[in-house]
Amino acid sequence: MKKPMIQFEHFGFKYRSQSEPTLKDINLTIYEGEKVLIAGPSGSGKSTLAHCINGLVPASYKGSMEGSLHIGGKDAEKENIFSLSQLVGTVLQDPDGQFIGLTVGEDIAFTLENDLVTREEMKGRVEEAARLTEVDRKLASSVHELSGGQKQRAAIAGVLVNDVDILLFDEPLASLDPATGKEVIDLIDRLQKETKKTVVMVEHRLEDVLFRHVDRIIVVNDGTIAADMTPDELLASNVLEAAYLREPLYVKAMKYAGIPVEAGDQIANLQHLTLNDEAKEKIKQWMEASEQSVEQKQAQDLLEVRELSFDYPTRPNTLKNISFTVKKGEMISIAGANGAGKTTLSKVLCAFEKPTKGTILLNGDDITGDTIKQRSERIGVVMQNPNQMISKQMIFDEVALGLVLRGVQEDEIKERVERVLKVCGLYPFRNWPISALSFGQKKRVTIASILVLEPEIIILDEPTAGQDFRHYTEMMTFLEQLNKQGVTILMITHDMHLMLEYTTRTIVISDGEKIADDTPAKVLTDQWLVQKASLKETSLYELALKADWPNPNELVDRFIEVDRKERMTWL
Amino acid sequence: MSGKHLSTKTVVAIGIGAAVFVILGRFVSIPTGIPNTQIETSYAFLALMAVLFGPVAGALIGFIGHLIKDATTFGPWWSWIIVSGIVGLLIGFISNRLKVEEGDFGWKKIAFFNAVQAGAQALGWFVIAPVLDIVIYAEPANKVFVQGIVAGVSNIITVGVLGTIIIAAYAKTRSKSGSLSKETS
Amino acid sequence: MAVDMLSYIDRPSPIHRLTGATKLICFILWSSAAMLTYDTGILVFMLAASIVFFQMSNVRFRDISFVVIVLAIFLVINNIAIYVFAPHQGVAIYGAKHELFHIAGWYNVTLEQLFYQLNITLKYVTVMPAALLFIVTTNPSEFASSLSRIGVSYRISYAVAIALRYIPDIQRDFRTIAISQQARGIDLSKNEKLGKRIKNALSIVMPLIFSSLERIETISNAMELRGFGKHKKRTWYTAKDFQKADYAALLFVGVVLVVSLVITFVRGTRFYNPF
Ligand SMILES: Nc1ncnc2c1ncn2[C@@H]1O[C@H](COP(=O)(O)OP(=O)(O)OP(=O)(O)O)[C@@H](O)[C@H]1O
Ligand SMILES: Nc1ncnc2c1ncn2[C@@H]1O[C@H](COP(=O)(O)OP(=O)(O)OP(=O)(O)O)[C@@H](O)[C@H]1O
Ligand SMILES: [Mg+2]
Ligand SMILES: [Mg+2]
Repeated sequence: MKKPMIQFEHFGFKYRSQSEPTLKDINLTIYEGEKVLIAGPSGSGKSTLAHCINGLVPASYKGSMEGSLHIGGKDAEKENIFSLSQLVGTVLQDPDGQFIGLTVGEDIAFTLENDLVTREEMKGRVEEAARLTEVDRKLASSVHELSGGQKQRAAIAGVLVNDVDILLFDEPLASLDPATGKEVIDLIDRLQKETKKTVVMVEHRLEDVLFRHVDRIIVVNDGTIAADMTPDELLASNVLEAAYLREPLYVKAMKYAGIPVEAGDQIANLQHLTLNDEAKEKIKQWMEASEQSVEQKQAQDLLEVRELSFDYPTRPNTLKNISFTVKKGEMISIAGANGAGKTTLSKVLCAFEKPTKGTILLNGDDITGDTIKQRSERIGVVMQNPNQMISKQMIFDEVALGLVLRGVQEDEIKERVERVLKVCGLYPFRNWPISALSFGQKKRVTIASILVLEPEIIILDEPTAGQDFRHYTEMMTFLEQLNKQGVTILMITHDMHLMLEYTTRTIVISDGEKIADDTPAKVLTDQWLVQKASLKETSLYELALKADWPNPNELVDRFIEVDRKERMTWL
Repeated sequence: MSGKHLSTKTVVAIGIGAAVFVILGRFVSIPTGIPNTQIETSYAFLALMAVLFGPVAGALIGFIGHLIKDATTFGPWWSWIIVSGIVGLLIGFISNRLKVEEGDFGWKKIAFFNAVQAGAQALGWFVIAPVLDIVIYAEPANKVFVQGIVAGVSNIITVGVLGTIIIAAYAKTRSKSGSLSKETS
Repeated sequence: MAVDMLSYIDRPSPIHRLTGATKLICFILWSSAAMLTYDTGILVFMLAASIVFFQMSNVRFRDISFVVIVLAIFLVINNIAIYVFAPHQGVAIYGAKHELFHIAGWYNVTLEQLFYQLNITLKYVTVMPAALLFIVTTNPSEFASSLSRIGVSYRISYAVAIALRYIPDIQRDFRTIAISQQARGIDLSKNEKLGKRIKNALSIVMPLIFSSLERIETISNAMELRGFGKHKKRTWYTAKDFQKADYAALLFVGVVLVVSLVITFVRGTRFYNPF
């Protein structure tokens, strides 16, 4: 009989400031040595569940609890956050927030310092933990010198250094590039195999997690447990669709092609998937049903970037000789590894930073020397973190700010702001305080506040990061509509699905250089590029190989064609 | 803020608060047009933090923040650093009376807050700072009193206007989250 | 906007090798000595010693030249202000009057006044190299452990560590916010009306404050989860042990302080009076 490590019984929790409970009647047992994934839409209560396990509820988040929760056999209500931290090691979502030390070594040692471990012993244990997560050569590096993945690894080492029984990860992949995300999943898998610890992972990037074995997936929806089954069972069911979660692309493609997906099949792990002749035939038929898509119409050049270079004072060659052109009405993605220079490129394009070398032409005019204000009238940027852009309390005022500052007449402001709020689906909330909005809605407010200035080009830095599939679809549909109305859109993204499905072209940046500029399907099926830029091959590529389909690009294209139509129906 | 120990949250608030104080002090002072007199937004922020996190946090944010700011520019001027700490401390004493976390910062509280901040700063800048200047540096009395009065008046007005606006804005964000009911989309 | 800030310079030297605690105590004693005394001899000696230590630290003048410029401007303004407000302070202190020439009204130039202002300038100048040296040669990681070693509670020591750790992050946030507000049309230049300038400043200050409050929440949660505040004490990964050089440095600075105190005490006044 396996020993239960985490046991929720008729458990409920209500935040003090909420009127309804966030978690309702949770019954869930996680056993020693298990590896469990918790998935669910945004706001469903995944993090709340995790906070109950590590003791932040009720230590930091107050509220009322019902039922019982046992961790490692102990009644969690009677324990405090310190005794729970001996059992549960938590890696939080935000690697910046939890990197408290100035250097990697210090940060890993943090728990030991609090536990009064002597310095001699500490050195050894820190090194050992760093070796496990392969950051042992970075012990003296300061946080400002680390990539996103290295910070995440240091954070994991900081938890491993203390011999806990349960490892808890809250969205470990958020803000990591696909290849680094894959490495982290691999690392977690290896650690779990080596140490036999219980692993609980909260994540909604299902396909990325399933690339390594997971024992069970728990789907949380609206504060209750909607499913608790093995990955294979889950993929065969329709729970994911009902909870607005994204199925792995290859599973979706198989379903589109009419291949029956059974719980007994090994579908959760693509490497073990086999297709029989019947399935191959189904794929062939599905492929042949494709309709020729309409050719892209030729448009004129809008933005031209020539041999652009940029140096930060402390970091030369952040951008090197980047050239590309953007046509009017295009929707383009910019991809590349963490720290490749994508955000920097967007800053240079918006005149937030002055290029060291090179020219930027818009409609043929040289705009390289423009001020921020002049540039912002033509190129708008929506930054990754909406909190850095919002400065008013009310939605209307926030969106109107740019117009007010430009001295536009009051009645014209009203008209333009209301029009934009309608386009962005925010009109019903126009008199709300911004603090009452969700992250995704805040992001839309920032888009609206840029849109209202009617720029010719909008650049969005990771517009969908950390959003669930439903909000993702909402946001992307909205952007697509804008695009159809003639706004040219550039998107920086780590999401390969987004690249494939919504953009017609991808510019790939690696180490400050442009290394590719092609259709997303071609980029993502080019192994050299994928590896060089820390991207991830799409699982459709693998599926095409398994189905003996000669040209994987075609399968990718066909999938997008079908998926587009499908999405149109359920929106 | 209870008991002898600072809570972890207060410790972090002191650290981050001091860091923000340094950045505001370095980059966001608004010239008033009067020579050598600037609107120091950092004191408005100090008032907010003192009101939110109490006297110990207020004192330490003022002291550490001002010390780091001076030490990284031209070396510490102790008398004024100490006064920054005292101002944070005194404003912090009314933290429990104001309770802005609960979302209310009405006219009565605004008046009370301003009476206290004006009193605290008058004591600090008009009296303590000049006296310390005389004791430590043997500076001429009339010079340091004039300096103290100019800085004090400007800081009292800054906290009175900007501080009140900022605290009210904070209170506003709190009141809304207190009455959250489930909203979809 | 890109104003330089003084920070740790990692360039090994005997001064760098001293523990942070030693440097902190030395800095406190040294500035106390400089603040207490007005003895010209001691001040000159301390200034000379500071310059020697500075040489030993491998810090180059251009690393800190911007600070020297700021200080120079400050000293000039301060000297002018002192003279404008109190042209006879020197005469009052030294109890003698050697007038060199007369300017107008009650403004004249006396030897005593010049000597007094020379001393006050020396005082500021003497404290500065010590402060500079302390900042530039003390690894911020080690600083918190030093504070705690000299008796400051570890919670407050850690608060200081957090401040030093997050200043660059907050500076970066600040820049991003300022730039994005400018892109929406906010004019940060000085030729706006005062009321407008205040409004514009608020549009940067507000997002900075609110994102910082959020940060406090995240960091304190992360620290609690990792056991901060569990015990009455804590150990420090980056602490260093005292070496011979540390004791030597402490002894030297201690002697300087004592000598300056003794001189002051014996003479009965802080001022060295040549008149
Ligand atoms: N500190 C809090 N006070 C009040 N309500 C909260 C608090 N934290 C979360 N909630 C509410 O609880 C619900 C669940 O939030 P939770 O953070 O657990 O969601 P989640 O499933 O982790 O979502 P995401 O994928 O966006 O991280 C949300 O409706 C949220 O508004
Ligand atoms: N203000 C700055 N000063 C110095 N270096 C910087 C600054 N901002 C970014 N960098 C460095 O420049 C490099 C490129 O950063 P950038 O933010 O453009 O990467 P990115 O491609 O957007 O990465 P991510 O996918 O993680 O967002 C990184 O190594 C980063 O550390
Ligand atoms: Mg969450
Ligand atoms: Mg980026």
